[in-house]
Amino acid sequence: MSDPAELDLVSRQVRFSLIEISNRAQTAHLAGALSCVDLLVALYWTRLRITPGTVTDPARDRLIFSKGHAISALYTVLAKRGFFPEENLARYNEEGAGLPEQPSPGCVPGVEWATGSLGHGLGVGIGMALASRIQATPYRTYVVMSDGECQEGSVWEAAMLAPKLGLGSLTILVDFNKWQATGRSTEIMQMEPLAAKWQSFGWCAREVDGHDLPAIVNALHAETPPDQPLAIIANTIKGRGVSFIQDDNNWHYRSPSAEEVVKARQELLSHA
Amino acid sequence: MRNAFADELLKLAREDSRVVILSGDIGNRLFDKFKAEFPDRFYNCGVAEANLISMSAGLASCGLRPIAYTITPFITTRCLEQIKVDVCYHEMPVLIVGTGSGLSYASLGSTHHSFEDLAIMRVLPGMAVLAPADSGELRSCMRAALRQNGPVYIRIGKKGEPVIFPEPPPFEIGKWNIMEPGERVTLLACGTLLPIALEAAAMLRFSEVNPQVARCASVKPLDADFLLKAAAESDLLVTLEEHSLAGGFGSAVAELLLDADLPHPPRLFRAGIPDHFLHDCGEQDHARTLCGLDARSIANRILKLLAK
Repeated sequence: MSDPAELDLVSRQVRFSLIEISNRAQTAHLAGALSCVDLLVALYWTRLRITPGTVTDPARDRLIFSKGHAISALYTVLAKRGFFPEENLARYNEEGAGLPEQPSPGCVPGVEWATGSLGHGLGVGIGMALASRIQATPYRTYVVMSDGECQEGSVWEAAMLAPKLGLGSLTILVDFNKWQATGRSTEIMQMEPLAAKWQSFGWCAREVDGHDLPAIVNALHAETPPDQPLAIIANTIKGRGVSFIQDDNNWHYRSPSAEEVVKARQELLSHA
Repeated sequence: MRNAFADELLKLAREDSRVVILSGDIGNRLFDKFKAEFPDRFYNCGVAEANLISMSAGLASCGLRPIAYTITPFITTRCLEQIKVDVCYHEMPVLIVGTGSGLSYASLGSTHHSFEDLAIMRVLPGMAVLAPADSGELRSCMRAALRQNGPVYIRIGKKGEPVIFPEPPPFEIGKWNIMEPGERVTLLACGTLLPIALEAAAMLRFSEVNPQVARCASVKPLDADFLLKAAAESDLLVTLEEHSLAGGFGSAVAELLLDADLPHPPRLFRAGIPDHFLHDCGEQDHARTLCGLDARSIANRILKLLAK
């Protein structure tokens, strides 16, 4: 499915789910989950070769969600794709429910790697992409990262090696929402020019509007040099989709009240 | 030990197509044969150990058996979080090998000394920690490590260690072995201090003390059965390690003895490196002597303790 209107509706539904479970669980990191929803929808609805029946298939595509603090976004997408029952989302962050605030190894089917400490996913992804070549098992490896994460030195260790290994089966998507826990990421560190950094490290770098679903889908499907890893720098808005959340960094930690859930529902789903 | 490591790796790679080596820009020419025979199973990951470890975990998750290799401080403490999260938390069968452990690189100064690695590796859940005595035992440890279905850390020396085992001796993870039988005193030698333990034992026999000597390459898990039997049979247990006295092999032994709540616990003398950095330059023997880890110092300490 890649009809833009249908994908847009899926994104709105995922966003509203996130609002609901954040309200119920009173957990942090809602805004960073909202900013990467469109990236995940484009991946899971148009690109990834992985289904609930192939989660342990050696030839499945791998997705490492390296910004583990925003895992509620991946849980919601996986539930909507049938990897586990959607009603389980209501038990997000409950004891014994298997949906911890940051993922543990094998917590639910489809979560490929336990993340939460930033700067690990890309190195692991390189290992998986290299294994695909050594074992002659053709699959692709995707790593979803945050912009703040790109401040970790380990990211640049990995960035320097992947092109050297010619890992054309590796794609990263950086959710460049311009915020981190305590301020503007672009003011705290010299983030810009971010795409040019990846380009200069030897990656095929593409900048996209991270909320323009057809543009993301195009970037994911476009031809790239076969021996060059791909970096999609997605310009996003933290808290995207809800007027009183987006681009307000208080929502790095805040969760919505019952009244705010109603308001968000109107904004996201009323004309759906 | 480095040469034996490279030689055994080549044999293991021939037997097991899952073996892949990741080197942190070390081993100039050491792996030439390996690279020639298995060009797609050797990777120099550069001076970038954090990524090297995460990558190893990713390879292992796909069914390969990566061996992560560089100088001990850089493959343990520098990338500790990657070892904790990507290797141990995910229970990945990655074999981490540190070369130049303990005081092997004494002359290179404290940046290259590693006397905290056993303590730090053994605190990680699921990690097996091995310290072979020489090249022969290293080969046995490597084979045991690859039979293991989880993370293993092996600390090795550099080159020119005394040969104790011309052929790889029997070895099992979690088992210690008697080298020399004796009574009243048991020397538990960890890693490359085994020759020192044997030398100290020979000195003690001139003073009519005939200690039992054991090789204890398995630091985690310890051999609890062996240790409790030795504790029951000995007046004095002695641990020897080229490692800090804080948290290493001797500490692990002390913890087990305390937890066993023995009615008549033996005395325990832990020989190791005191709680300070070494600033004096010099070779390994010199550094060992500064720390009281030479055979003469250890034998004298034991005689004094027995005279009390």
